[in-house]
Amino acid sequence: MPGAIGLGHFLLLSLVIFSLGMVCVLTRRNAIGILMGIELILNSANINYLAFAFYGGGKYDGQIFAIFVIMLAAAEAVIGLAVVLAIYQNFKTIDVDATETLSG
Amino acid sequence: MVATIVFYALAALTVGSSCMVTFSRNIVYSTFALLGAFMGVVGLYVLLAADFVAMVQLLVYVGGILVLTIFAVMLTQGIADVTVSNRAVGLVPALAIVAVAGAVMAYAIERTPWHLAARPTPAPTTYGIGNAFLGDYVLPFEVASLVLLAALIGAIVISRHEARG
Repeated sequence: MPGAIGLGHFLLLSLVIFSLGMVCVLTRRNAIGILMGIELILNSANINYLAFAFYGGGKYDGQIFAIFVIMLAAAEAVIGLAVVLAIYQNFKTIDVDATETLSG
Repeated sequence: MVATIVFYALAALTVGSSCMVTFSRNIVYSTFALLGAFMGVVGLYVLLAADFVAMVQLLVYVGGILVLTIFAVMLTQGIADVTVSNRAVGLVPALAIVAVAGAVMAYAIERTPWHLAARPTPAPTTYGIGNAFLGDYVLPFEVASLVLLAALIGAIVISRHEARG
């Protein structure tokens, strides 16, 4: 189906999304914004898994790894957002620089 | 070629939405831009002949995680304040770090001689994935159910509102 599109196209697209997610994680002070950056990074990893699965002969291993990544991302989002809400209840803010109780 | 046009359209949608997620000052706009990024990724999965994973992505990410994120954004008030989404690391140092790392990775992608097999014709993948899950991957499959159960209980315990003092 993707005749002219090579593996490198997908890898470079995944690299761009990974870079954007990394910038998002580095520059946000909002905890939910950081979680959204992590979701972008996980999606870029999934694109790599599926691209290698497709261009490597259509084995199912890559797709199964992608499904596991999606599953772990769901668990991470649930726990992360629960932690954010708990922090918000205690500190009345979700600014990650303001929550410094554990920083000694 | 149709597939090339579709690929670049999906790439533009995904990258554009991701840019808005990263650079928007308003967290609500970022959250809704995340929807566009996820939908673009779904299209890419279909292009890669992974129909089942595309549907899982649609159900779990768009149906679950995104709704959860929107709930969290709406539940934490004062979220639209500009001051909340100020930069922790400056934008320029962050872009410099990521540009260096990205250049190294792009160089590696371009220089590596990938061993490519014959591309499969797109076919339904559910049969093979189901067999693999209940065959070679049955132990990770069961552990995944335990992880999800633990995440469910943990989320309830963490986010339960306790009367303090």
